[in-house]
Amino acid sequence: MGGPAWQPREDGKASPETACLPADITVALAGNANVGKSATMNQLTGAGQETGNWPGKTVECAGGVLLHNGFRIRITDLPGIYSLSTFSAEEQASREFILTNKPDIVVNIVDASSLERNLFFTLQLLELHIPFIIALNQMDLAAKKGIRIDGEKLSGLLGVPVIPTVAIHGKGIAELSDAIVTLAREKTPPRVIPYGREVEDRIAKIAALIPEGTGNEDRRAAAIRLLERGSAKLTGPGDVRADIAAAVRQYSAELERMHGEPAAIVLSGERYHAAERIVREVMDIRPPAPDDIPLSDRLDRIALHPAIGYLLVLLVLGGLLFWTFIVGGEISRILTAFLESVAPAPPFVAGSAPEILATGAWTGLVAAVTLIVPYVLPFYLFLSIIEDSGYLTRISVMLDRLMHRFGLHGKAIIPLILGFGCTVPACLSCRILESSRQKLIAAFLTTLIPCSARTVVILGVVAAFVSIWWALALYAFDILLIVILGRIAFRAVPGEPVGLIMEMPEYHVPSGSVVLSQTWSRTKSLVWIVLPAYIIGGIAISLAYSAGLLDPINAALYPITVLLLGLPAITGVVFVFGIVRKEITVLTLATLFGTTVFSTVLSPVQLIVFGLVTMIYTPCISTIGVFVKEFGWKKALFVTAAETGLAIALGAIAFRLLSLVM
Amino acid sequence: MASEQLEEYLEAIYDIGEKDGTAKTSSIARCLNVAPASVTEALQNLSGKGYVKYEPYKGATLTEQGRELAESVKRRHRLLEVFLSDVLNVKGETVHDEACKMEHTISDDTASALCKMLQAPSRCPHGSLISPCNREVTDCVSCLAGEPEPAEPRGEPIRPVSDLEPGQAGTIAFIRGDGNVVQRLSDLGLTVKTGISLVRKTPMDGPVEIAVRRTKLAIDRAIADNIFVTSAPVKT
Repeated sequence: MGGPAWQPREDGKASPETACLPADITVALAGNANVGKSATMNQLTGAGQETGNWPGKTVECAGGVLLHNGFRIRITDLPGIYSLSTFSAEEQASREFILTNKPDIVVNIVDASSLERNLFFTLQLLELHIPFIIALNQMDLAAKKGIRIDGEKLSGLLGVPVIPTVAIHGKGIAELSDAIVTLAREKTPPRVIPYGREVEDRIAKIAALIPEGTGNEDRRAAAIRLLERGSAKLTGPGDVRADIAAAVRQYSAELERMHGEPAAIVLSGERYHAAERIVREVMDIRPPAPDDIPLSDRLDRIALHPAIGYLLVLLVLGGLLFWTFIVGGEISRILTAFLESVAPAPPFVAGSAPEILATGAWTGLVAAVTLIVPYVLPFYLFLSIIEDSGYLTRISVMLDRLMHRFGLHGKAIIPLILGFGCTVPACLSCRILESSRQKLIAAFLTTLIPCSARTVVILGVVAAFVSIWWALALYAFDILLIVILGRIAFRAVPGEPVGLIMEMPEYHVPSGSVVLSQTWSRTKSLVWIVLPAYIIGGIAISLAYSAGLLDPINAALYPITVLLLGLPAITGVVFVFGIVRKEITVLTLATLFGTTVFSTVLSPVQLIVFGLVTMIYTPCISTIGVFVKEFGWKKALFVTAAETGLAIALGAIAFRLLSLVM
Repeated sequence: MASEQLEEYLEAIYDIGEKDGTAKTSSIARCLNVAPASVTEALQNLSGKGYVKYEPYKGATLTEQGRELAESVKRRHRLLEVFLSDVLNVKGETVHDEACKMEHTISDDTASALCKMLQAPSRCPHGSLISPCNREVTDCVSCLAGEPEPAEPRGEPIRPVSDLEPGQAGTIAFIRGDGNVVQRLSDLGLTVKTGISLVRKTPMDGPVEIAVRRTKLAIDRAIADNIFVTSAPVKT
């Protein structure tokens, strides 16, 4: 069969997580980053969909269900994007989703306080000629700036229902739900907003060549799309019918000659012209007293100050880690004691098969609970507050120059900070970066950030039995290593650096419900990734033990553990199990030695070397899984091998050097 | 006065003027390694041709005409430096010295061909900004695609948005760079003829914060350096 003659069909796959839920009406939420899209999602579905006050955060489409007036409405939250036309992965994914999955309704969330910029995206949706609703959000913020928008007039101009909302307080959500149900029944397409004559004529001529009903897109939409792609990108054989390709080539060249700009940029300009026209008609601004400097500006004078600003970044990030590990350590102690009293969690039992399975699963569960709940939960809570307030974007701006040294830019600080909690979501969040090169470098660096599991090892082995200073030194060394490897990766990975272009949202007082639901949903999604790995890993370890595999493993690793690293042979098994989850190394060590007082069985040098190697060697299995998914087998394997090799080399050097002085 | 000598003087006055405002006779003499007396004579000559405003004992400043010429020489100089260092792999002092000699001999057409070949570079190897060409264009995309550049000269002087003072506004006139950057910016509302203002610069040449269409954006310094504005007031 093949695709339609005029339109290439890319491998658009239906999003699996939403395709499985039955529903009467399907809805996609779309709009710019940071306009309250996820907050609207939260209000509509009540689900713990993540929201946050930094642009481009919803990196994966997430779904939820709303029951309204007896209808099951399935809602998908698309990534926050500024355009459907350029070629970033997120923009392409959103466009594909709208055209391939064909949701019944698109809800376009628009920030009322920056209507003009938001209307650009709205106009692109309009071009697709599909039924959609505008949720005019953040009406309260707009009012504070003296902006009044005539929603009815806007609705009349565009032929689209316009619902004013304040999503964060749930205002207008009921009306929005009603509008969804009504529009799903009526399916009224929006009006066509014509662009300039010279552009519109050419769109019409191309559209006339496109056969009716051959694809997902309306003919005008398809014509605009082709014109945008321009002549240069119509080279593939069988891509576009020859006469259409010729027409597109001719007309885009004509536009280019007239405007001195490529057709795609001419179209962007046309959309903004239309947006300006619409804004003039529907918006009325009475700015507050001119000498009244907005609070956001006053805060930015501090947050972006050349000295105080950096101090603040240090304080906030330091505070984040301090809070996580002080609070986390305490909660962990209480939880461990409680769970131990329910049932002990020995990693090694011999016995019947069900017994092995049960113990393995239980130890996995205990480990997950005692790691995620105490460390990851407080971490995400604090981070959500920083994020929702808008401060995280300021950290990005302040550290932008620093990130340049690794070929990254300020936005990359977000995955790196996330990495201190857990590497898995950190690795995933690298999708917010623009180029594949930046994604790879950032993801590689996140695998080296001491996550909470590694911090538990450093605290439990080095800080507890050598000294806190050695633990901090290891931490400092890891950061130094990240800087050095970041520099090397910057040189080794090909590609041009892409500069930061990021919206600066206004500060606001973090909303309790948004922070809590965000913390919860992050923790929840982490549990879903990590818990199965923990339980399966726990079972594998028990099985390996009862099958008598420990001694062969130790023997095989003898040259590395004993000869190179100067550790007891028994640690071979510990390192192997650590691949499942790094903090299990502490537990395994304790069980194998039969003591939790490691200083009686290992020398200070051995403890430090053990901590160092555990910190750097192979990412845990969940991280490797994510890395494979995002970057493919080859790169995942390379990173794993390189980090393991490096850890062994550094451990061997540390062992020899430290033995001289300690 | 030979044109080479004339251009050298204008360049010197331009450089000194960037730092001190007015170029004193003694500074120019030191810069060009000539006697102060011949500087005075040259300045009178340049003043007569309308390139500089010369006030005895105070010094010289460039007129609009002189500034244009100086900027075009600087542009040729920096393009040549990029060519020498990136294409020919010439290293060290030679880059600057040779560019200094060649800058007076190449034509505007050659300079523009050089600019195309080097993909419209924004900085010289020493990090100084290369000023944009003086043609009435809004971006480099057609030029880089091999189209001939328009013949009309630019009507108003333009400067990078990063050169504005905080709170100052301008109108976007020209965005330098390949199509991807221009597209990315224009999708965010930074289209030509749009009003834009600088909110603040962040420390250590960090991103600059700009306001456009009622939103604030943090933009990498290197990108902001390529967004050129006229200081004409924004029409509303």
